[in-house]
Amino acid sequence: MTTNVQDRAMRSESPTTSDATIRVRGVVKHYGEVRALDGVDLEAAAGTVLGVLGPNGAGKTTAVRVMTTLLKPDAGEITVAGLDAVREAARLRERIGLAGQYAAVDENLTGAENLTMVGRLYGMPRAAAKTRALELLERFDLADAGSRPARGYSGGMRRRLDLAAALVARPPVLFLDEPTTGLDPRSRLALWETIEGLVADGTTVLLTTQYLDEADRLADRIAVIDRGKVIADGTSDELKDRVGGERLEIHLSHGADAGAVCETLAPMAAEPPLSEDGLVKLTVRQRTGAIVEAVRRLDDAGVGVDDIGLKRPTLDDVFLTLTGHAAEEGDDDAAKEGDR
Amino acid sequence: MRRLVSDTLVIAERNLIRLPRSPDLLLAFTVQPIMFVLLFVYVFGGAISTPGYSYVDYLIPGIIVQNIAFGGFVTALGLNEDLHKGLIDRFRSLPMARPAVLAGRTLADVVTNTLSVIVLVITGLIIGFSFSTSAGEIVAGFGILLLFGYAFSWVFALLGLLVNSPESANSLGFIAVFPLTFISSAFVPVASMPTALQWFAKINPFTIVVDAMRALWLGAPAGDAIWGAVAWSIGIIAVFAPLAVARYRRAAGGR
Repeated sequence: MTTNVQDRAMRSESPTTSDATIRVRGVVKHYGEVRALDGVDLEAAAGTVLGVLGPNGAGKTTAVRVMTTLLKPDAGEITVAGLDAVREAARLRERIGLAGQYAAVDENLTGAENLTMVGRLYGMPRAAAKTRALELLERFDLADAGSRPARGYSGGMRRRLDLAAALVARPPVLFLDEPTTGLDPRSRLALWETIEGLVADGTTVLLTTQYLDEADRLADRIAVIDRGKVIADGTSDELKDRVGGERLEIHLSHGADAGAVCETLAPMAAEPPLSEDGLVKLTVRQRTGAIVEAVRRLDDAGVGVDDIGLKRPTLDDVFLTLTGHAAEEGDDDAAKEGDR
Repeated sequence: MRRLVSDTLVIAERNLIRLPRSPDLLLAFTVQPIMFVLLFVYVFGGAISTPGYSYVDYLIPGIIVQNIAFGGFVTALGLNEDLHKGLIDRFRSLPMARPAVLAGRTLADVVTNTLSVIVLVITGLIIGFSFSTSAGEIVAGFGILLLFGYAFSWVFALLGLLVNSPESANSLGFIAVFPLTFISSAFVPVASMPTALQWFAKINPFTIVVDAMRALWLGAPAGDAIWGAVAWSIGIIAVFAPLAVARYRRAAGGR
C-alpha cells in the first residue's frame, strides 16, 4: 500500500477507527440438532480480504450472521473492529456494512430513497443522508437510475445498490455474503473491481463465495469451510499446493490413439496420465510452457487433437482433496435450518 | 428513545412513499371497502331487520370496524416480504432502534386506516348514513377506531413474522379474523343468532368495539362498551407488541 492510498484511507474512514480486524475463535452455533458452526476460527487483518469458501450449507451464511450480530453464537468469541459481537453488538453495528445474497433493497423505493433511508437509520440527518446517497449513486454508476424505483433495476444494478447501501456509513469492516451469486459475467467482473477499489481504500472485507476463481482474485487469505468447520486456510497459492498442480486436458480427434498420447506425454506428467472416452488428463510437472510442449510432442507423434487446455483446480478439486467428498454433497440441512 | 422515534418515522415514511406506486394497495384501501358497503346495504340490507335503526346507520359503524381490523394485513404481508427479501437482515444489521421497523409499519397503517375510514364515512353519508351525536362523540369514535386498528396491526405484525409466505399470512389472517368479525354485532343484531353463537358474539371484542361505535356515532346505549373497546385495544397492544418485537429480534432472513 502506498502512502498516498493510506492517506486516502485515513480520510475516508471515521477518525476513531484504528482497528478494523476480524477475529473469530471457536464459534459454535446450533439450529436444533444441526451444528451449523462447529468451532470456527477466522482471522482477517485490517485492510485485507478474507475469502470464506465453501459449498451451499457449509455454514458460510451462518458465520456471516453471527459476525454481523444477526445471530448470537452458542459459544466462542467474535471480535470485529475491536468490538465484541455479542456484548457490544449495538456499537458494532455502527462499524460494519453487510451486503447479502438477496440484494436487500426496497423495490418500491427509488435507488436514492433506498440509500437515504439507510443513511437516516445510521443516524445521519436527512440532508447529509441525501448527499451521501447521491455520492454513492454516482460512484456505483447508478446516477441516472437513482430516481427510478428499484423494481425496474437489473440484477447487477440491484447488487450495486445493495453494496452501496452497505457503504453508506463508510464502515471500516464490510461483510459480503456471496456478492456475485447469480450475476452475469460482466456484472460480476464490475463488482469485483468495485470491491478491489474498496480494499485499496483500506476497508477490511470478509467475503463468502462458492467460486474458487472469485476467492482467488479478491482474497488475501482463504478459509475453506465445510460442515461448519474450517478445513483449510491460507493464501490461494498455499491451498492450490495442497490440492495439487494444474491439469492438462486433451480432447483427441476421432480415431486418435489414446495410448500413444499417454506414452508421448508421460515425461511431462507428475503422475501417469489418465485416459477416458477420447479425453486424456494429466497433472503437469511444470505449468509454464506445458501447452506448447504438449502440442509439439503430439504434433511430432502425428496425433490429431480437438482441444487442449490447462485446467486450474476447481472448488470441486479442493473439496475432493480436502474432504474426500464433492462440493455439492455439502449438507443442505444447515442452510435450510438457517431460516428458523 | 429519540432514536426510536426518529427511526420509527423513517420506516413509516418508507412504507407510505411506496403507496402511490402500488395501485393494487390503493384499490384495497378505497374501492374494496366501498364495494362491501354497497353490497351489504343493497343486497342484504332489505333482509336484515335492525330494530330502531335503518340498515345503513346500523351497518356503517360495523363495516368500518371490520375494515379497519383488516387494515393491518398490509403489515403482515409487507413484513413477510421484507423478511424473505433480506430487508429485515439489513435493518437488523443497522444501528437502529430495534422496535422501529415494527413501530414504523404499524404507524403507517394508522395513516392508511385513516384514509379508509374517511372513504367509508363519505360513502356512508352519500347513501344515507347520518351521525346523531355531538362532534366530540364523533371524534371520540374516530379515535377508538384508529386505536383498535392500531392494535390489530400488531397482531398482523406478529403473524407476518411467524408464517413462511405472504400466501399463508393471507389465508391464516383471513381464517382468524373473518369469523371474528362476522360472529359479532357488526352486520346483524346478536339477538338474531343461535344461542351458542350469541354467547361468543357477546364476549367478542368486535361486538364491544362496534357497540362502542354505535354509542358514539348513533347515540345507542353504551353500557361498558366504550371503556371495553379501549381496554381491549390496549390489552391487545400490550400482549402482541412485545411478542412481535421479540420475534423480530430473532427473525432470520430470507432464503
